[in-house]
Amino acid sequence: MSFVELRNVYKSYGDGAAKVDALRGIELSVEPGGFVAVMGPSGSGKSTLLMIAGSLEEPTEGDVRIDGLRLSGLSRNQKARLRRRTIGYVFQDFNLLAGLTAVENVCLPLELDGIAARKARAIGMAALEELGLADRSNRYPDQLSGGERQRVAIARAVVGERRLLLADEPSGALDSVNGEAVMRMILSACKTGVAAVVVTHDAHLASWADRVVFLRDGRVVDQTNPPPSPESILQPSTGPNEPSL
Amino acid sequence: MSVKHAILALLSTGPKYGLQLKQEFESTTGDVWPLNVGQVYTTLQRLERDGLVESDDPGSDSAHNSFVITTSGQEELSRWLNTPPDLVAPPRDELVMKVLCALKVPGIDVNDIIQTHRRHLVELMQQWTRLKEDEADFDIGFALVVDAELFRLDSVARWLDAAEARLHRTPIKPQAGDRAPVLRRRLVRRK
Repeated sequence: MSFVELRNVYKSYGDGAAKVDALRGIELSVEPGGFVAVMGPSGSGKSTLLMIAGSLEEPTEGDVRIDGLRLSGLSRNQKARLRRRTIGYVFQDFNLLAGLTAVENVCLPLELDGIAARKARAIGMAALEELGLADRSNRYPDQLSGGERQRVAIARAVVGERRLLLADEPSGALDSVNGEAVMRMILSACKTGVAAVVVTHDAHLASWADRVVFLRDGRVVDQTNPPPSPESILQPSTGPNEPSL
Repeated sequence: MSVKHAILALLSTGPKYGLQLKQEFESTTGDVWPLNVGQVYTTLQRLERDGLVESDDPGSDSAHNSFVITTSGQEELSRWLNTPPDLVAPPRDELVMKVLCALKVPGIDVNDIIQTHRRHLVELMQQWTRLKEDEADFDIGFALVVDAELFRLDSVARWLDAAEARLHRTPIKPQAGDRAPVLRRRLVRRK
């Protein structure tokens, strides 16, 4: 069964002549452990899709289900609990709390969920360590570089028992090596059964996903086929890779 | 790609036999470029003829000889490493031609053509990315080769994005006469 399912989802903003149709009949499902990238130009509806999949916005029409639960049937408190326990978000602008250190930012959702401070801190430290940030754990966001802040945001999103990871351009501020580290972390979360949806305009980043969905004008216009064995591209060819004297 | 210069680079660390050069060439390039051993011997014979390498037994069967780089060979290797490759754009890139032709063909939506090629590029990039997924099996030569291929494909995908955005901003109109005389004149002047 899909962990996230969007059925015939529409989203409009404004009225009359000022009405903007951000999403027009989106169908999307992600299995547990599935890693889907959503690509499209600016204004294609990528970020809106992510907000609706994460229950941060309501669709104008259509149905959204997470772990079999229909979001329109949940109360505000139930949705808040779902967001806190089940969904990890990584936003373009990090959204770290300035008054908390890196490790405190990472453990905050765990503590809010009732996990003892000491245990939450140990889990948070382990997540930071995995991203090479153990020595930055007691620094405040304004004492970290853009790349470090982004990695803290990733650690916060994957920590605990999250089963859905939603990321909007998660390596936007990073160089290619750190960007790769972030994608590896999302991929390793997927290997433990977490479903991930990453929104990006960057093909390099999207290529880490199992499936890439292409959005244009609020509609899914295309998606990649399951890739054949990677080794097939290493077979000798007569193409431009052939050595020549 | 120059096998000749790759062989000079491998010989710059010390004398080697032909089979050894084939194996080192393949491992240095991340096993992405398989090399025929016959090609190695042919190249070694030419390098020897040009005075860029010397064998320990000139005139005998290359398969049993050990080769060493000469001073001229070291100079040639240094010259090659420092010479920029020919990066001048090919005059007729096939994908550019397809997109330009799609603009002209009645009943064809150029955006659909762009998307078809974008999907293909992303699928290829997924395959290359899978190869580096397991970092443990990853040597530096292979990592550099995979990155180079990913960046090359990515640059093509970015061109498609830019082409789509440009077409979006500038709707296609039926052409009346010469629409790009200024640019064409500039290109002619540069020649």
